[in-house]
Amino acid sequence: MELGQLQLRRAALRLGDGIDGTLLATALALVGVGLVTLYSASYDAPARVSGQLLNLTIALAAMWIAARVPPETLMRFALPAYAIGLALLVAVALFGDVVNGARRWLHVGVTRFQPSEMMKLALPLMLAWYFHRNESTLRLRDFGVGALLLAVPVLLIAKQPDLGTAALVAAAGFYVIFLAGIGWRVLVTLAVLSAASLLPLWGLLHDYQRRRFLTLLDPTQDPLGAGYHTIQSTIAVGSGGIVGKGWLQGTQAHLEFIPERQTDFIFAVFSEEFGLIGNCLLLALYALLVGRGLMIAAHAASFFSRLLAGAVTLMFFTYAFVNMGMVSGILPVVGVPLPFVSYGGTALATLFVGVGILMSIHRHRRLVPT
Amino acid sequence: MRPAQLRDHERELYAFHARIGVAGFAVLVAFALLFARFFYLQVVQHDLYASRAEENRISIVPLAPNRGLILDRNGVVLARNYSAYTLEIAPAQVRDLERTIDELGDIVDIQPKDRSRFRKLLAETRSAESLPVRTRLSDEEVARFAANRYRFPGVEIKARLFRQYPHGDIASHVIGYIGRISTRDQERLEELGVGANYRGTDFIGKAGVEASHQDELHGTTGFEQVEIDAAGRGIRTLSRTLAQPGNNVTLTIDIRLQEVAERLFGERRGALVALEPATGAVLAFVSKPGFDPNLFVDGIDSASWADLNNSPDRPLNNRAIAGLYPPGSTFKPYMALAALELGKRTPNSAIHDPGYFEFGGRRFRDSRPGGNGYVDLYRSIVVSSDTFYYQLANDLGIDAIAGFMKHFGFGSKTGIDLEGEATGVLPSPEWKMKRFRRPEQQKWYAGETISIGIGQGYNAYTPAQLALAVATLANNGAVFRPRLADHVENQRTGERRAVEPQLVRRIPLKEEHVEFVKRAMAGVNREGTGARAFAAAPYTSAGKTGTAQLVGIRQNEKYDERKVSERLRDHSLFIAFAPVESPRIALAAVVENAGFGARAAAPLVRAVLDYYLLGKVPEAQRRPPPEPDTEEEGD
Repeated sequence: MELGQLQLRRAALRLGDGIDGTLLATALALVGVGLVTLYSASYDAPARVSGQLLNLTIALAAMWIAARVPPETLMRFALPAYAIGLALLVAVALFGDVVNGARRWLHVGVTRFQPSEMMKLALPLMLAWYFHRNESTLRLRDFGVGALLLAVPVLLIAKQPDLGTAALVAAAGFYVIFLAGIGWRVLVTLAVLSAASLLPLWGLLHDYQRRRFLTLLDPTQDPLGAGYHTIQSTIAVGSGGIVGKGWLQGTQAHLEFIPERQTDFIFAVFSEEFGLIGNCLLLALYALLVGRGLMIAAHAASFFSRLLAGAVTLMFFTYAFVNMGMVSGILPVVGVPLPFVSYGGTALATLFVGVGILMSIHRHRRLVPT
Repeated sequence: MRPAQLRDHERELYAFHARIGVAGFAVLVAFALLFARFFYLQVVQHDLYASRAEENRISIVPLAPNRGLILDRNGVVLARNYSAYTLEIAPAQVRDLERTIDELGDIVDIQPKDRSRFRKLLAETRSAESLPVRTRLSDEEVARFAANRYRFPGVEIKARLFRQYPHGDIASHVIGYIGRISTRDQERLEELGVGANYRGTDFIGKAGVEASHQDELHGTTGFEQVEIDAAGRGIRTLSRTLAQPGNNVTLTIDIRLQEVAERLFGERRGALVALEPATGAVLAFVSKPGFDPNLFVDGIDSASWADLNNSPDRPLNNRAIAGLYPPGSTFKPYMALAALELGKRTPNSAIHDPGYFEFGGRRFRDSRPGGNGYVDLYRSIVVSSDTFYYQLANDLGIDAIAGFMKHFGFGSKTGIDLEGEATGVLPSPEWKMKRFRRPEQQKWYAGETISIGIGQGYNAYTPAQLALAVATLANNGAVFRPRLADHVENQRTGERRAVEPQLVRRIPLKEEHVEFVKRAMAGVNREGTGARAFAAAPYTSAGKTGTAQLVGIRQNEKYDERKVSERLRDHSLFIAFAPVESPRIALAAVVENAGFGARAAAPLVRAVLDYYLLGKVPEAQRRPPPEPDTEEEGD
C-alpha cells in the first residue's frame, strides 16, 4: 500500500475512527426512546427536550474523546483516581454537608458534589488495574486485597448513609472481582457468609432504610410517604397494558401522578404509553448493548481491558435492571436513572464516556483471531 | 517459560470467557425476570391497574346546595338568596396579603371595614380556601378587575349566592342570621357526623331560625367528578350529581303582625310573644331592640360588631327567650287557680285588705296604700290585690306553689324551636339548695314565700314562658309546645311537610276553676286595671297587668345617674288572651323600665290584639301602607 493512499484513507476516516457502529446505534436508539418519552413527560417544560439534545451533543463529544484514549493511558489514571476518591470520601465523612439526614455532599467552591458518584468508575478502574498488575500470580490473597479495596469505599458510602450508591459501587467492584476469576467455592462461601451477616446488619440500619425496605415488600403500608412513588409507578406500568395508552396519552404521567417522571421514573411514563411491546423493545436494546459490550470484553487485548470492559458493560445492565426493577416495584427506590433514557446531562455524559471506553478497548483489541 | 505463559494465558482467556458467559446468562435471567414482572403487571393485572389509574385521576368536588328560604305564614319572604359578585383572595396563593389588598384598592373600592372584616375572616375561618375581601361588586368593578386579573394570582371574582333579609331588623331575633362556618362550627358538624354534607358550604345559621332549622335550610351537597392532576387542579368534569337545595321553611309568624308589634315598642326595650293557644304556633315574637341581620351575612365588620355588642340596650340579646323577668302581678291568676285547685280558697273566700300583710313581725305592703278594702278571689285579680296573695302564698306554702306552677311551664324551657333559651327560676327550697353554696343561704325562709305570691322574689321567667302559661290557661290546661316553623317545603318537588302541633301535657284542671280565673281576667280588662287600655274593645278579652321590679337582665355599664335611674324603673307587663270564649291569640308583653303594667304594656297589647283580631293598624303606623316583600328594603 502506498503511503499517500493510506494517509488519504485515514484522513477520510478520521472522524469515524474507532467508533463502533453497533454500540453507537444502540445507544442512540435508547437516547431516541428517551427523547420521545421525555417529550411526553415534559409537556409543561418543553425546553427539556432541546436541553437533552444539547446534553447529547456534549456526551457524544465526550465519547469521541474517550474512544481515542488508549487503555494503557486509562490504566495510569486508576490509582490516582481511586486514591483521590477515597480521600474525598473520608473528607465527606469528616466535613460533609448533611442533606436530608445524610452526609453525602462535599463543598467545592460554590458547588457541591458527591464523591460517591466518582467511586462508581474509580473503583472498577482500580480493581482492574490491580488485578492486571498481578495477572500472572493471581491468588486468593489478591482477591482478599481486591475485596478490601472494594470494602473500604463501599463502607464509607454506606455510612453516609447512602445504601443505594453503596450497593451500585459494590456491584461495580464485584463484577471486576468476578470476571478476574475468583473461585466459585470462595464466591459461594462469601455469599453464604454475607447472607448470614444480613440479620445482624438489620439492627444497624437506620429507621428510614428499614422502612424503605419494608415498604418495598408492601408499598401500600405507606401510600402517601415512601410507598407513593412505587404505587404510582406500578399503576402507570400496569395500566399501560400490552400496547400502551399511546404516545402523549398516559394519564398517570400527564396528571403528574408520577414523580421524577423525566429522570428516575421516566420508565413509568414510557411503559404507560407504550405498554408491554415497548418494554420488550427496550429490553432488546439493552440486551443488544450489553451483548455487544460483553463481546468487546471477550476480545479485549489486555487483562485490564477485559475486566474494565466487562465491568462497564455490566454496570449498564445493572442500572437498567435496577431502574426498571424499582419502577415496576420489585426493587427498592434508589436514585438510579435509566441509562441513556433519563433526562440529565451528567449521567448521559458519563454513560457515553463508558461507551467511548468500550470503543477504545475494541479498537485496541487482540488482533489475533481466536 | 514462554509456552507455559502462553498456555496460562490461553487458560486464563478461557476462564474469562466462561465468566463472561455466566454474566451474559445472568443478564438474560434478570431481563427475563423483568419481562415476567411486566407481563404480570401489564397483562395479568392490567384491569386492576387500569381502574386504579382511572380512580387516581378523578376527584370528587362538592357542590354546595342553595339555602332554603324563610317565609312567614302568608308566604312573605323573610330570608332569601341573591347572586352577587365577590372579590375573593385565596390566602395560600398570595405571598403578601396586605400589599395585594393595597393594589386591589386601586381597582375596586376597598374600605377599611372591608379590610378589617377580611382579617377577621382570615382568623376565624376553618380552611382558608378563598375569602371575600369585597362583596357585591358593581358591573364596572367586575370589568375593571377582569382587565387587571393577570396582576393578581390567587385573586378571583366569583358569583356567589348571598343571604338577604328584606325586612331588616323586623323579626331579627326570630329569623336570626347566617355567618361563615367557624372552626368551632366545623368541630360540631364533625361531631354530629354531618361534616361531609358541609364540604363546599361556607355559611351556617348562627342565630334564630337560621340556626335552629339549619338542617332543613341547608340541603344536601352535590358532587362533581372532576379529572384532576396530582396537585389537585381540576382539568375537566366527568359527571355531576346536583345538590339538593335546602327546604323552604315557612314560619307561623305573621310578619305584618310582627311589624305592627315591633313598631308599637318604638325605641323602648322589651319583648312580646304571641301564641295561638290551640296549636302553640308563634304568631309574633318580638325582642327589642333588634338588629339588622344583613350586617352579618358577609362577615360583620368590627365597628358594627362593637356597636351591637357594647350597646347598653343589648340588641343581640334575645329577650323573648333569654331575658328573665319577675312576672309581677301577672302571676296572680295562676296563684288563684292554684288556690282553687288545691282547695285553699273558694270563689267566695274574702279578706279585708288593710294595705299590708304582716308576717313574722314584718309588714309586706300592698302597692295600693291603704288597701283595697273588701277583696274576694274575683276582685283580688281584677284590682290586683297584693295583700290577698301575700296571705295566699303563706297558706299554700312554697312547695305547693312550685309544684303547681311547674305544670304551666314556669321555670323550664318552653321547647320553642330556637337556640339559647333560658330556663328561668321557679323558686323552691330545692332550687335554693342547688343555687347557693353556703348553708345559711341554702335554707328557705317562710318569709321568702310571701313575695313569691305576687310574682316577685326569686321568680324570674322569660316572656316566652309567660306567653306559654297564659296560652295554657286560655287552652284550659293543654300545653302546646311553642313552635315557629309551620311547615317545610321541598323547593323542587313542592312537597310539604307540616310541623304538627305538639301537645306536651294536659294539666288536669277543674273546668269551673279555669272558667272562674278566665272570668276574673276578663274582668280585669272590663272593669279592672286593664279597663282603660281595653275601653270599647269590640271583642272580649282577658288580661292581667303586672309591674316588676328590675332584677332581670344585669347591666354591665358605668355609673350614669340619668341612665341608671331610668333603667331601674319597674318593668311593665301584660298577659292576655282573646276572644275569651274561644281564644285565638294569647300573649305576654314586657316593656322594660316603663312603670305600671297598665300604663305601657296593656295599651301595647290592646293595639296588637286590635290588629290581629280586627285588622286595625295602629294610628301612628297608618300612613305608609304596609307593602310586604318589597325589593328595595334590603340594602
